[in-house]
Amino acid sequence: MKLDEVPQDAECSAYAGHQKLLYAVDEEGCYQGAQSAGWDAENYATQQALAELEVLEQQAKLRWQAGETSVLPYLMYRYRMDELALAQCTGLWRWRIRRHFKVPVFQQLPARILIRYAQAFSLPVEQLLAYQQGQLDEL
Amino acid sequence: MNFNHQQSAHCESGVMSSLLTHAGLPMSEPMALGLSSGIAFAYIPLVKLSGMPLIAYRMPPKHIIKTLSKRLGCRLHSATFSNPAAGKQALDQALEQGRLVGMQSSVFWLPYFPPEMRFHFNAHNLLAYGREGEEYLLSDPVFEQPVRCASDDLQRARFAKGALAAKGLLYWLEDVPSEVDWEKLIRSSIVSTSRIIDGLPLPWIGIRGIEYLARKIARLDEQAKKYNRLYLTHIVRMQEEIGTGGAGFRFMYASFLQEAGSLLNEPTLCAASQQLTAIGDQWRQFALLCVQHSRGKSEVPSLAEISSALLAIAQAERVLFKELARWAKRK
Repeated sequence: MKLDEVPQDAECSAYAGHQKLLYAVDEEGCYQGAQSAGWDAENYATQQALAELEVLEQQAKLRWQAGETSVLPYLMYRYRMDELALAQCTGLWRWRIRRHFKVPVFQQLPARILIRYAQAFSLPVEQLLAYQQGQLDEL
Repeated sequence: MNFNHQQSAHCESGVMSSLLTHAGLPMSEPMALGLSSGIAFAYIPLVKLSGMPLIAYRMPPKHIIKTLSKRLGCRLHSATFSNPAAGKQALDQALEQGRLVGMQSSVFWLPYFPPEMRFHFNAHNLLAYGREGEEYLLSDPVFEQPVRCASDDLQRARFAKGALAAKGLLYWLEDVPSEVDWEKLIRSSIVSTSRIIDGLPLPWIGIRGIEYLARKIARLDEQAKKYNRLYLTHIVRMQEEIGTGGAGFRFMYASFLQEAGSLLNEPTLCAASQQLTAIGDQWRQFALLCVQHSRGKSEVPSLAEISSALLAIAQAERVLFKELARWAKRK
């Protein structure tokens, strides 16, 4: 990559105005550090991943508000996790987490389990308690 | 502390470059990557990132830190903490002693990262060089300028749980030599890189890994449009986004080869650098093909085309690293 080929696609870049350092060669073929404002191809890839999470989050939110699942799937996607990541963050088995997705099970959860979820999402445990008692509002 | 922040392409090589330069052994970031044999390729289907296989263009986290300090003969002081409060205390203490401290942390909980870049990746590296009240002065290698971070946020990021959890890892270098035997270091690091890239009898590592991925792409089901889109863009993200200097570290390593070549006055290395630059451009072209296929607009490259572009890269890297290995072993 030559210095003048360093991508500068600042428009809708995920770097939010920041610049990233790349290594590129000058006219004589000598390497230099060069700042890039963003690359269209990379940005498209990032947006795909974010859009996928967004869809999952919205679906989980609707299911939660319709009373089909507990609030946990919604929070999980909101904080950009999946079941595996949530299991690793809380130290709970995946099958337990899946069980906690059921409304009746979630409503019976003791505070010591809720604290683990609260820590994983970095939320106050009171908020999870409110959800447990049936609050269906946005965060 | 008299410390100069320097922007880097990758967090770990950037941190090592800054730590060594600060300790009196000036070292560029590409040199830190090259001397620690940090470049690689790995396709690991057993480790999943949001349902997709792990694709890495470099050695696992902490490899650069450990290998480089070992090869240079400096002492790496490192500590992890089961108690977050003790971790904070140790950081404060080290800063009071005037140390430049390396830290591992999560990306997701660092508030100064743009929201679009915040994913659960726990092996980010950064430096702390001071504290003002409840705010830490940080040098995050991938940012243009030094940043500040509130104590609570930094604690959360250092002690985030999950895969590759940092457990508050702190590290710094002691006994950094002021002179090193460049020739010996460069030769041995190139030998071990060539072994990783093209010497392991494992189907997922190095060139075999690239070929494996190429076969995987060729075998994708044309009908599963959504999965293919997510799969191909996942490859691109692994290659471009996670602090790689573009083209999955290939340009950075080419820069190392050039620096090493002029340091030792070895035309072979400079020629290899040019070759690797061309391979890096091929990687970028491959990323472009993946994105074009996913976008599905006019003139969509077929999966077979994408796969053969990747096979061509594998072939070119094999030739290059064979040659480099031959040079490195010659006396």
